[in-house]
Amino acid sequence: MAKVTIDGESIEVPDGTTILQAARMIGGDNVPPAMCYHSKLKTSGGYCRTCIVKVSKGSEKDPRPMPKLVPSCRTTVMDGMEVQNNTSAEVLEARRGVVEFLLINHPLDCPVCDQAGECHLQDLGYENGAAKTRYDFPRRKFNMIDIGPNIKMHMTRCIMCFRCVKTADQITDNRVHGMLFRGDASEISTYIEKAIINDFSGNMIDVCPVGALTDKTFRFKSRVWFTKPMDAHRDCKKCSGKVALWEKGNEVLRVTSRKDKWGESEEWICNECRFDKKDIKDWVIEGPRHIDRHSVISLNHYENVVAKLKIDIAKQQKQIVDKK
Amino acid sequence: MGKKILLEHINVPGIKSLDVYRQNGGYASVEKALKTMAPDVIVEEVKKSGLRGRGGAGFPTGMKWSFLAKPEGVERYLVVNADESEPGTFKDRYLMEKIPHILLEGMITSSFALGAKTSCIYIRGEYFYVSRILEAAIEEAYAAGLLGKNILGTNFSHDIFVQVGAGAYICGEETALLESLEGKRGNPRIKPPFPAVAGLYGCPTVVNNVETIASVPYIVMNGGDDYAKIGIGRSTGTKLISASGHINKPGVYEIEMGITVEDFIYSEEYCGGILNGKKLKAVVAGGSSVPILPAELILRTEKGEPRLMSYESLSDGGFATGTMLGSGGFMVYDETTSIVKNLYTFARFYHHESCGQCSPCREGTGWMEKILHRIVEGHGKHGDTDLLWDIQRKIEGNTICPLGDAAAWPVASAIRHFRAEFEEYINHPERIKEFKHLQELVS
Repeated sequence: MAKVTIDGESIEVPDGTTILQAARMIGGDNVPPAMCYHSKLKTSGGYCRTCIVKVSKGSEKDPRPMPKLVPSCRTTVMDGMEVQNNTSAEVLEARRGVVEFLLINHPLDCPVCDQAGECHLQDLGYENGAAKTRYDFPRRKFNMIDIGPNIKMHMTRCIMCFRCVKTADQITDNRVHGMLFRGDASEISTYIEKAIINDFSGNMIDVCPVGALTDKTFRFKSRVWFTKPMDAHRDCKKCSGKVALWEKGNEVLRVTSRKDKWGESEEWICNECRFDKKDIKDWVIEGPRHIDRHSVISLNHYENVVAKLKIDIAKQQKQIVDKK
Repeated sequence: MGKKILLEHINVPGIKSLDVYRQNGGYASVEKALKTMAPDVIVEEVKKSGLRGRGGAGFPTGMKWSFLAKPEGVERYLVVNADESEPGTFKDRYLMEKIPHILLEGMITSSFALGAKTSCIYIRGEYFYVSRILEAAIEEAYAAGLLGKNILGTNFSHDIFVQVGAGAYICGEETALLESLEGKRGNPRIKPPFPAVAGLYGCPTVVNNVETIASVPYIVMNGGDDYAKIGIGRSTGTKLISASGHINKPGVYEIEMGITVEDFIYSEEYCGGILNGKKLKAVVAGGSSVPILPAELILRTEKGEPRLMSYESLSDGGFATGTMLGSGGFMVYDETTSIVKNLYTFARFYHHESCGQCSPCREGTGWMEKILHRIVEGHGKHGDTDLLWDIQRKIEGNTICPLGDAAAWPVASAIRHFRAEFEEYINHPERIKEFKHLQELVS
């Protein structure tokens, strides 16, 4: 076991836990944002640099601070480690820098992007981004391609998190796609626009933090915040069959995996469940799905509004008391 | 004349061949090491010698070797980094081209010390003709029983392979090099684990520069203490410097560490002064990624002491007034040089060579290049200098591998020391064709 202190809050975690996982165990506002890390994918993380934190004390044995900011998703905790996330101005500034870098070549076409509302980059931009860009050059553009019959790839929106590459690598038999070219010209692609055909390829859509990979059966059908998320299941021979349905009226518009608090898939689902079972009769509905993420999807959930009101009122009351 | 270790026999006719090389004392260290020394003793000698990595970072070689994990039944590898791609650096090419056996000798001895049965030379794609020279030399060594099974009748067997890269700067980063060697895309790995624990094919691996390994035979023959006597302070031994730019005698020089920079630039033995008797404007002392320094700071430190060619002296004053010895790519600029244009060339290079894995480097290098291009073309905007400064600051230290730092440092140092020139480009684009006023800015 190792004791780690993040922004003043301590927790005991098993050896080998990363700083990010430890921060998520503590929860609250001090969890570093992550774009390329995915808890279900091995060797994910370390690329986007949004989760960087400052290690102000290495460990009990070797208290020296780490010389550079470290990616919390790939750095394991040591006993006695002290980490600064939101309490370090250096971290916040570096993170603003990373967000700016991620956004300079992003098309910011949120109004027409299907991911809007559940986009990690949107959330990240709201929390850590600047209101105005300092980048006044033409942005990078790519042609849209179809990878397989059901997935559209819009490389222009990609932030190179490598989650889809790792998904295809780890949950299916063959590696079918990867990165082409170098530097800011690099792109995720298949070998000469080959289709990606396997039973679990659809999970790439779920792991994509932005709108680079979208579900062709759902594209332009509805904004996500107008759909109702429902937990549902069915007997499936290929996967667990536990999914989230996104309904509008009595129509199932979209089927996705169930995502946890951090927007990361809990279980992989097969393409049959995802793309073919769009009839409500195919599913056993369990009830409305609770969405933890603070993005706009959850805005029309009463429970969140009430909870937020409570917090706001408490805050204001505290301020009044403090003033007195 | 300073002491020569690597280039001592460089002018002997036919030194490329094994016979001539052996007549001049070559492969004696292999004989000595394999027959009379224990591997640990060699590592100890290298530690004592104070030899530091010659590829740029200057990490003590003996310490790197002692970090090598030695689990039972797992192969260990020595990989020689001959992916010399840093602009301004061409010392390894010269060494391998002229005297390839010194590298092989160092590799056999070092591999014996590390317990590696196999070693590789990863050479950059542009050096394909050098790879042929190396392969011919390896063949000679096999024929003479210096490579292969039971070298010189001992129990030690060793094989050397040459792998030609495809010409990517990033593959000079040790983990990207290992990825490339494994046949994958040359992307740097996220550390830890370090190669000493999990390197090539997941096995413990030592990655060393050509020049570092080529220095090992001398240490084995003469002892670490003897090597440590050469040089100054913690910068022991000799260093190959590839001098280029506005000097009378560009080329590769072997210097004893500790000679003054002034001596190196102006003495007849080395660079022979500035071309056409012009004035010195600036120097990039260790390959394109180290900070550029103006004439007054490269010749003398901030304290007024003469600056020496050594790791410590060149980095005296930190990045504010110092630089780094780096890989020894010594580029000299005379008064007619435009620092901004030079920086644009560097920025274009780093943009082209960024691997694209992590965000700050992928996006930042391109952004910096675009801004510099705009400035050089005379379309610079007010505030561009500050913007560049801010971008480089956000790249530095926030990337997976040192390429981000390497792209940020030249920009930072050029702005730090030559800010007026940037402003001149931005404010008076109509005047930038004439270099006269740039000279005035310096004086």
